[in-house]
Amino acid sequence: MLSQEQRERYQRNILIPGFGESGQERLLDGSVCIVGLGGLGSSAALYLAAAGVGRLGLIDSDTLELSNLQRQVVHTTDRLGMSKARSAEMTLRALNPGLTLQTAQIRVTAENAGDLFSAYDFVVEATDNFAAKFLINDACLECRTPFATAGILALAGQMMFVVPGKTPCLRCAVPVEPLGVPTTGELGVLGAVPGVLGSLEALAAIRFLAGLWKPAADGSGAVLSVDGESLRWRTTRLPRNPSCRCAMLWSIS
Amino acid sequence: MRITLNGEDHEVAPGTTVHKLILDAGRKPAATVVERNGGIVGREAYTSVRLDEGDTVELVQFVGGG
Repeated sequence: MLSQEQRERYQRNILIPGFGESGQERLLDGSVCIVGLGGLGSSAALYLAAAGVGRLGLIDSDTLELSNLQRQVVHTTDRLGMSKARSAEMTLRALNPGLTLQTAQIRVTAENAGDLFSAYDFVVEATDNFAAKFLINDACLECRTPFATAGILALAGQMMFVVPGKTPCLRCAVPVEPLGVPTTGELGVLGAVPGVLGSLEALAAIRFLAGLWKPAADGSGAVLSVDGESLRWRTTRLPRNPSCRCAMLWSIS
Repeated sequence: MRITLNGEDHEVAPGTTVHKLILDAGRKPAATVVERNGGIVGREAYTSVRLDEGDTVELVQFVGGG
């Protein structure tokens, strides 16, 4: 049951056809673990907190540097040197004081990922390297936690929404960690690009938590990609890959 | 031979494989999903599938930043 304050705060959510008070209640009862509070994680965290996801995990092992601030919009200049998890917590607390925020200044590893992710309904993968993206893909498959995964570079990026056993996973698209792809440390990135892709990750999480997502009958998924140079968007339908490690989950989930 | 590559007209040599197209576009085959005429090209077929005149190809390169 929503309070009067909640009805007013989330009025524009509740008005959305198919969302309603029940959708809002699901968000408030829901939880999302955001891994990485850089460019992707900043925009995802802001929109998840504003929308009223009741419990957010804020995970990042780094501290804030000056060169982060042209894209990592959850942080502020007066917090240089602070833990990014702590800085994000301060911003989100001010934005929406009613939420439960659980911060951890740690690196996600194959050893701790399962216990960490099992405590949440959804994971937003917002890390800055392929090794971590594949580690999180595999850990979420293992503990059957739905997740969004994205990547950005220069003016381009991509996003996938994965429900273990119901959709393809990251490895269905790219089976092994690719080597030699340039990084943002080499080719840069414009802040609006992770702004878009992180927002898409938040949207995927909210849609799932609010009960608006339905699996495709054929078990296919999609890669959403954006090219900021041409302002071109693509949705690439992705079939399940029968030789992928996620295939063993198709029949039991 | 003309194809449409990521929405734009593109000239390729006859017999060009998907693998060569990816490399010529400056992308990494291991990180690239290929859609040809609406269907996904299996990764194992990148070096064997040759493009045809009029093909519509999308190269979706995965990137790792965050």
